[in-house]
Amino acid sequence: MRFRSTPPGGHGRRGARLAAAALLLLPLAGCGDSGGPAGDANTLTEIDYYDAAPQNSELPALLDQCGAQAGVRVQHQQVPRVQFMPKLLQQASARTLPDLALVDNPDLAQLAATGGLVSLSEAGLSTEGLYPSIVAAGRYEGQTYGIAPGVNGLALYYNQDLFRDAGLTPPKTWTELTSTAKALTKGNRYGIAFSAVGTEEGSFQFEPFFWTAGASLKRLDSPEAVRALTLWKDLVASGSASRSVVTWTQADINDQFLAGNAAMMVNGPWQLPTLNATKDLHFGIVPIPVPTPDAKPVTPLGGEVWTVGRSTPERERKAVAVLKCLLGQEKSAEWSAKAGYIPSNTAAARQLAASNPQLAPFVEEVATAQARTAELGTAYPKVSEALYNAIQASLAGGKSPQQALSAAQGSLG
Amino acid sequence: MPDTTTSAPLAVPAAPVVGTAAARPEPAGRRRSARARWAGLAFVLPAWLYVVAFYLYPLLGNVRMSLRDYTVRSFYTGVAPFVGWQNHRLVWADDAFAGTVRNTVLFTVGSLFFQFSIGLALAVFFRRRFPLGGLLRSLLLVPWLLPLVVSGTAWRWILETDSGVLNQTLLGLHLVDQPVPWLASTDHALLSVTLVNIWVGIPFNMVILYGGLQAVPEHLYEAASLDGAGPWQRFWRITFPLLRPVTAVVLTLGLIYTLKVFDVIMVLTQGGPADSSQTLTTYAYDLSFQQLAFGRGAAVGNLLILVAVVFAFVYLRATRDGGSRDGGSRDGGSRARAAGRAR
Repeated sequence: MRFRSTPPGGHGRRGARLAAAALLLLPLAGCGDSGGPAGDANTLTEIDYYDAAPQNSELPALLDQCGAQAGVRVQHQQVPRVQFMPKLLQQASARTLPDLALVDNPDLAQLAATGGLVSLSEAGLSTEGLYPSIVAAGRYEGQTYGIAPGVNGLALYYNQDLFRDAGLTPPKTWTELTSTAKALTKGNRYGIAFSAVGTEEGSFQFEPFFWTAGASLKRLDSPEAVRALTLWKDLVASGSASRSVVTWTQADINDQFLAGNAAMMVNGPWQLPTLNATKDLHFGIVPIPVPTPDAKPVTPLGGEVWTVGRSTPERERKAVAVLKCLLGQEKSAEWSAKAGYIPSNTAAARQLAASNPQLAPFVEEVATAQARTAELGTAYPKVSEALYNAIQASLAGGKSPQQALSAAQGSLG
Repeated sequence: MPDTTTSAPLAVPAAPVVGTAAARPEPAGRRRSARARWAGLAFVLPAWLYVVAFYLYPLLGNVRMSLRDYTVRSFYTGVAPFVGWQNHRLVWADDAFAGTVRNTVLFTVGSLFFQFSIGLALAVFFRRRFPLGGLLRSLLLVPWLLPLVVSGTAWRWILETDSGVLNQTLLGLHLVDQPVPWLASTDHALLSVTLVNIWVGIPFNMVILYGGLQAVPEHLYEAASLDGAGPWQRFWRITFPLLRPVTAVVLTLGLIYTLKVFDVIMVLTQGGPADSSQTLTTYAYDLSFQQLAFGRGAAVGNLLILVAVVFAFVYLRATRDGGSRDGGSRDGGSRARAAGRAR
């Protein structure tokens, strides 16, 4: 409770000012000398939340290369996902936002709202040729504050061996999904795994079904939304999906799929490096099944955007220089290939899809993907929480999809 | 007497005497008492500064935050308009609030009751000397020594629905015919986190109660058995009454510890599924750090502080009374009374 009673910034404005003053004094004392310490404007700070390979090993390497090009050293820091936004806000209050931060795209609007970010459109960074949805996700009040080096979406992974043995083909519609999942459920193995965990991940996994059904985040209890949640609820209730889906993260369901405990899973391209490294696993990827054969899947746009924190004009200039390199055609393609992302540049993405058929379903979906904050802006996290709570209340509790979603809509007022 | 007043450093160690000296109408004594008081204050000051800087200031900061509309923007601009009780009202009106309070009460009462009874049973059990008793007792301390994140993660695996060892065992013994969704059902999640928390809390209760038992004189039991008291009578009429001061301490401390339990729930369920294992502590965290509604998070924090302060006072009273009762038990009269009650 000690820890609860002092949220970041709990020290109040005066405390923050004192802390800021103390922090300001340090570099000022340094600048007083003719030379100044070597670390000052030549060392930029960077923060992200990648805690697993290959992303957490590839990114620092990339930063070193781009830093060298821009003539600076980039100090890399990684914090767990759940602590990421609180940490950034704390840094914003102390005026020590990192020069570069790789922020999850639905959080961008909130972070930009603090006023601590540099407008990238003013800094002269172009978003031409990028997917319009990711450009939209990086904008706040008419300015671009975040640009993604790569994007991602969700698709359906399936175990080819299990499908061949059962004589089945990957499902295209919801009806097929339900029957295929049922047919492949056997013993300890479930037909399908998805993540209905009580965090943003749970909403992210549900949104492909939610949006494809035609529902809108502006009204959580529409008949379309109920239909989507009923699909999930039936999969769990019939035993085709484990009841544990409410506790599994996307990394957990990847483990289940790897271990052969699930014949299909909903997951993103960032799992590809791990899955490809498993020799005896044969898997295929298809777009997320749709309610009717003629419907187009609408998946949520995933991926992180680079932001530049306010500091001194010199540091900001250097941070933008590093960003130019990171977002350049060559480096963003390299990052996408190594970390399992789709390049944000439409042309580069199409090229990649042609050369790498594994990524083709993702590239196809990203074209129609929707930014999560597109409908709601800074109100998104609140609605997302109501949504994943409703999913959990329905899958893990006794509530019907209609009851759960009506309660969620009611809680939003 | 007068020469002690001349040396300042001696004034403070002599402070307890000052009271009796000041009772006498002596001018020298009064002067000395004033100096002693200043010196005493100087000695207390560091402790006060520490408490003010590290407890009172953040605490007041929390109260201040709960009365303001603190948004993400406030972090950068420092502007957070005063909104009075609005945050508290919003928390009160939140659909999740009533359930959270109910969960907190169930979690706290359930944890306390079983931690205490099992801890007491074990303490009484280990009072007897038997081979490997010491080793067993130290093994029971393991849950207390493990970092909560480690034991929480282990419990997460144990309670996993499909592959967890608990369900495998229950299925193997044909005690259940369906895997129990310990952490994956809104009906079981609170029960599961409470069970794990009981497991975590037993060693603390056992150790303190075991210590308390050492102070119960052996001959009371001898006298009681001579008088024909059975084991239950000996427990209820000697052990339990004489443990009362220790019991009060264990229960109040346990209550405060349980109210603030955070890591166990966070690792096991994150308060889910669908808020079914959400307590005030995790709720406050969720409001502040997930929803970034800092004002409302602080309002829930205030509530927790209030409850903790109330029980801290109960604890202080209990220890004060306990001290006198403990002293009293040492005199022959109370021993006789206890032995008499045992009859």
